[in-house]
Amino acid sequence: MVQRSFSIQVENVTVNYNGKTALHGATLALGEGTIAGLVGMNGSGKSTLFKAIMGFVTPTSGRVLINGLSIRSAQKRGLVAYVPQSEEVDWNFPVSVADVVMMGRYGHMNLLRIPRATDHRIVAESLERVQMTEFRNRQIGELSGGQKKRAFLARALAQRGTVLLLDEPFTGVDIKTEKAMIELLIELRDMGHTILVSTHDLTSVSTFCDQVVFINQTILAYGATQDVFTQENLNRTFGGVMPKLQFKKSQ
Amino acid sequence: MDAIVQWFVAPLQYEFMVKAVIVSGFVGLVCAVLSCYMTLKGWALMGDAVSHSVTPGVVLAYIFNLPFALGAFVFGVGSVLAIGFIKSKTRIKEDTVIGLVFTGFFALGLVLISKNPSNVDLMHILFGNVLGIPNGDVIQTFIIGSITLAAVAVLRKDLLLFCFDPTHARSIGLNTTALYYILLTLLSLTIVVALQAVGIILVIAMLITPGAIAYLLSDRFDHMMIFAMISGVISSVLGTYLSYHLDASTGGCIVVLQTVLFILTMIFAPKHGLLVKMRSEAT
Repeated sequence: MVQRSFSIQVENVTVNYNGKTALHGATLALGEGTIAGLVGMNGSGKSTLFKAIMGFVTPTSGRVLINGLSIRSAQKRGLVAYVPQSEEVDWNFPVSVADVVMMGRYGHMNLLRIPRATDHRIVAESLERVQMTEFRNRQIGELSGGQKKRAFLARALAQRGTVLLLDEPFTGVDIKTEKAMIELLIELRDMGHTILVSTHDLTSVSTFCDQVVFINQTILAYGATQDVFTQENLNRTFGGVMPKLQFKKSQ
Repeated sequence: MDAIVQWFVAPLQYEFMVKAVIVSGFVGLVCAVLSCYMTLKGWALMGDAVSHSVTPGVVLAYIFNLPFALGAFVFGVGSVLAIGFIKSKTRIKEDTVIGLVFTGFFALGLVLISKNPSNVDLMHILFGNVLGIPNGDVIQTFIIGSITLAAVAVLRKDLLLFCFDPTHARSIGLNTTALYYILLTLLSLTIVVALQAVGIILVIAMLITPGAIAYLLSDRFDHMMIFAMISGVISSVLGTYLSYHLDASTGGCIVVLQTVLFILTMIFAPKHGLLVKMRSEAT
């Protein structure tokens, strides 16, 4: 029997924090080469889902598989790369852009983390990819909002993970950078990466995400954007507190 | 010129001064290395807690005739475990827990000292005694300090990533829990190393001031480490000389010098100094 393998497979996952249920019975399966938008309110369990996919919380029931592998072996292989929210980063930290991108390679290095020629080459390529080569020696605090995002995206690329998690990547980013980042994400998708993007920006979801995942304590719905991106699902996700959205004619 | 040379050379005719200069320089180096991680991780309060908590360990070690480093280490790590335990099992906030644990340990130490006045000199534990350091303690200091330096040399980059972005560290399979306890263990060991030179009250200065100075001088971690080491060693060595010439507390002289260096750096640092900031705001 041929087992259909998904890049991100969340099976009936329930997560409890100090006796409170943050996520219950969440089920999700994303195949290779997809960009999925994760849509939900604050406190809807978005970050819990991210943590579960990265293996930072142990589900009380259910399981998460990455490319058919357990979280632990996925971590060992560096399969899941995470691009943090800007607020999570200490921008005064004494590291350069190149240093940060090199951190993506640590999982591939020996114990002393001495970069080899391959590591330097991949860091250079990743910087080139996000057009950050000229800023490689800047301290990370000396970058604009968009450049900061691109630096961390380059780290994710350098890690060579096939699953990318982006937490609110477009906040504090100008339109031009947002467009460039979306283009890059689409390129990565076409290479077979699986990308999960949590975002508030619902208009952009319908334009570049080929899948949408609705979350509110559990996963309410997921699937191809044209099928699930409906006013009804939005209402269920936001409990009717959502402003009306302009739908494209295809609805 | 001759007077300056004499200022440095003359005290070295005494063996105790030679020892003191070497030991405090070494202590300054080890503390400076750790201080980079302490300042970046924001662990100043934790360092203060651990340093106070080792007191009962040192006293007990003297009472039972064990190496003082062993006692200090057990209680240093013990305090960290106690802090972690209380924090995770109760609703009390971390800073309260830290304050609670270290004062409790420290008070226990004071009680033990007062019951065994002949064995231990309270002043030496509190403020160090590098000018009267016994040979056995010199060897201990160098062994423990070298272990700490070697561990940092090997784990330098992992520890840095742990300080900078523990989420990423975990996601690529690094054991961040282990790194947390390793860094705390290194902190405890460093405090043990510094005990003799500056005592438990001032050790926290050795563990944050060089890092703070270097942080204002550099935007690269490697450079920060070098600046911290230079300022740590220079202030320790000069402070020891100063205490000899002034006949003043050695730990006190070292830390006062460090603080002066910090103030100068804060004002004159080429990029992050107050003068530069004021000038750029004026234009």
